[in-house]
Amino acid sequence: MNLTEQWIAFSTILSREIKRFMRIWMQTLLPPVITITLYFIIFGSLIGARIGEMGGFSYMEFVVPGLIMMAVITNSYSNVVSSFYGAKFQRFVEELLVSPTPNYIVLWGVVMGGVCRGLLVGLIVTIVATFFADLRVESPLLTITIVLMTSVLFSLAGFINAVFANSFDDISIVPTFVLTPLIYLGGVFYSTELLPEFWAGVSQLNPMLYIVNAFRHGVLGVSDINIELALIIVAGFTVVAYSYAMHLLNSGKRLRQ
Amino acid sequence: MTVALSIKQLSKTYNNGFQALKGIDFEVKEGDFFALLGPNGAGKSTTIGIICSLVNKTGGQVEVFGYDIDSDFPMAKKQLGVVPQEFNFNNFEKPLDILIHQAGYYGIPRKLAEERSEFYLKKLGLWDKRDTPSRNLSGGMKRRLMIARALIHEPKLLILDEPTAGVDIEMRRSMWAFLQEINAQGTTIILTTHYLEEAESLCKNIAIINHGVIAENTSMRTLLQKLHQMVFVIDVKTSLEHAPVLSGFDCVLVDKQTIEVVVQQSQSLNELFALLSEQQIEVASLRNKTNRLEELFVDLVAKPSA
Ligand SMILES: Nc1ncnc2c1ncn2[C@@H]1O[C@H](COP(=O)(O)OP(=O)(O)OP(=O)(O)O)[C@@H](O)[C@H]1O
Ligand SMILES: [Mg+2]
Repeated sequence: MNLTEQWIAFSTILSREIKRFMRIWMQTLLPPVITITLYFIIFGSLIGARIGEMGGFSYMEFVVPGLIMMAVITNSYSNVVSSFYGAKFQRFVEELLVSPTPNYIVLWGVVMGGVCRGLLVGLIVTIVATFFADLRVESPLLTITIVLMTSVLFSLAGFINAVFANSFDDISIVPTFVLTPLIYLGGVFYSTELLPEFWAGVSQLNPMLYIVNAFRHGVLGVSDINIELALIIVAGFTVVAYSYAMHLLNSGKRLRQ
Repeated sequence: MTVALSIKQLSKTYNNGFQALKGIDFEVKEGDFFALLGPNGAGKSTTIGIICSLVNKTGGQVEVFGYDIDSDFPMAKKQLGVVPQEFNFNNFEKPLDILIHQAGYYGIPRKLAEERSEFYLKKLGLWDKRDTPSRNLSGGMKRRLMIARALIHEPKLLILDEPTAGVDIEMRRSMWAFLQEINAQGTTIILTTHYLEEAESLCKNIAIINHGVIAENTSMRTLLQKLHQMVFVIDVKTSLEHAPVLSGFDCVLVDKQTIEVVVQQSQSLNELFALLSEQQIEVASLRNKTNRLEELFVDLVAKPSA
C-alpha cells in the first residue's frame, strides 16, 4: 500500500475506535469520571484537609496529578484490551487480517484509539479537578510528553493482553491484579519519603512510581525521583512493548491459526 | 491464460497435531467458476483460510494472480475477496459502516467507498437495512452482507465458503444469478458448497478434496460425462447361476434373481431387452440405480485416500 492508502487505513481504524468508545460512553467515559471525582472529594477534600501538607503541597494538590495519571493509564489500557479482544472474540479482527493494511498501521490504529480515550478521560478529569484545586502546570512540555508516552505504553500493554486473552475474564485479570495495585502503590496518594527505607526501596522497582512522579513533576515541579530516569524508563518499556506487540502481529500468534 | 490461483504442495498441521492438508495442488484459471467440494472436515475452509492468510500454512506455496501470499502479500490480498463460512463482522455495526470501514482497510478513499457501499448494498438487496445493527439481520442477509463486504475493493478473485448455507431457495437462485453476472464481467470465483446441484449449475471446473488430499480435479463436463451411463437393477423371473453374457453391456449378478446392467448413453434399452429375450431371461421389473452426481461424489470420497 502506498502512504495515502496507509493513511486512509489508519484513519479508518482510529475513527472506528473513537466511534466505539463514544457510542458506549456510559461504560467508557462516565465511570472513570465519577470514580476519580469521588477520589477528589474523599481523599482530596475530606480526608486531605486533615492530612495537611504532602511533599510541600496541600494534599489535594498532591493527589490530583496522580489521579489524572491513573485515569489516563486505566482508560488507555481498558479501551484497547476490550476493543481488540472484542474484535478477536467476534472474529471481525479478520476484516483487518485479510486486508493489505500493514501490521504497524493496525497496531497504531488501535493504540491511538486507546490514547484518544485515555487523553479524553484525562482531560475531563483535569477539568473536574480545577473545581477542587488550583491547577497550574509548571512544565507543560514535560507534562504532555509523559502523558502521551504513558498513554501509548498502556495502550500497547492492553493490546498484548487482548492478543493473549481467551475469555472476558482474562481481560480483567491484569487491570485488577496488576495495574490497580501498582498504581496505588506507585505514590498516587503518598510520597515515598513517608515509607520506611526498605519499602521506599521496593517502590523504586514499581514503574508506576516513575510515571506518577514524572507527571507530578511536570505539574507541580517536584517529584520523589530523577526525572530523566523516569523518562528513560517509560521510553524503554514503550519500545519493548511495541516490539513485542509487532512480533505478535507479524507471527500471527493467537490471531491466525 | 492467466492463472488466478496456484496452489502447490500445500500442507497444514494444526497446533494440536492434526494434519488437515496433506500437500494439495490445484490451479484456477482467470475467469473460471470453480467448485471446491468435499465432505465435512475435508479441509476446504482450511485451504481458504490459508489463501486469505487467516491460517498459517505449514508448507507449500500459494500464488494469487502470480503474487506469492508470503513475499508479496499486500498485492496478493488486493486481488482477493473472501466470504467466510462463519459470520465475522461486528454485530453492533451497521451494514453501511461495515462496508465503508472495510473499504478503508484497502485504502479506498471515503467518497469512493460510500459510492461502492451504496452500489453493493443495493445490488444485494440490503440498502433498506443499511442502518440496522447487523445483529438484527436475518441469516441470509448476513451472508449477503459478507458478499458485499468481500466485493468492496473489487477483487479479481472472489472466494466464497458455503455462501448459500441457510439461504432459502429463492434467495439462493438470485445469489446464483448475481455470482454468474460478476463472473461474466470477469471476476474469477471459487466456491465451496454441499449442494452438488449448485456446483453443477454454476461451476466450470471442480476439485474434490477429502481427508486433506485432492481426490479429483477436472472440468465439470468431464465429471458429468461419467454420469452418461446408467446402472439398471433388473429383477428377473428366471433363476440365474451366473451373470448372462450380453454383448456390449457390462453385467453383474447380484443374486439369483437380480442383475445390474450398465447402459451407456449411446445404447438403447431395446437392445438390452432384445439380448435378454434371446437368452430367455424374463424381466419382472426394472429400476434405475441412483447414480446422480451425489453417487459419484460418494464414490470419489469413499476411495481410500492415497
Ligand atoms: N483450529 C483448528 N485446530 C485443530 N483442528 C482444526 C482446526 N480447524 C479445523 N481443524 C480440523 O481440520 C479439518 C479440516 O477442517 P475444515 O474446516 O478445513 O473442513 P471443511 O472441509 O471446511 O469442512 P466443512 O464442510 O464442515 O466446513 C477438520 O478435521 C477440523 O476438525
Ligand atoms: Mg468449512
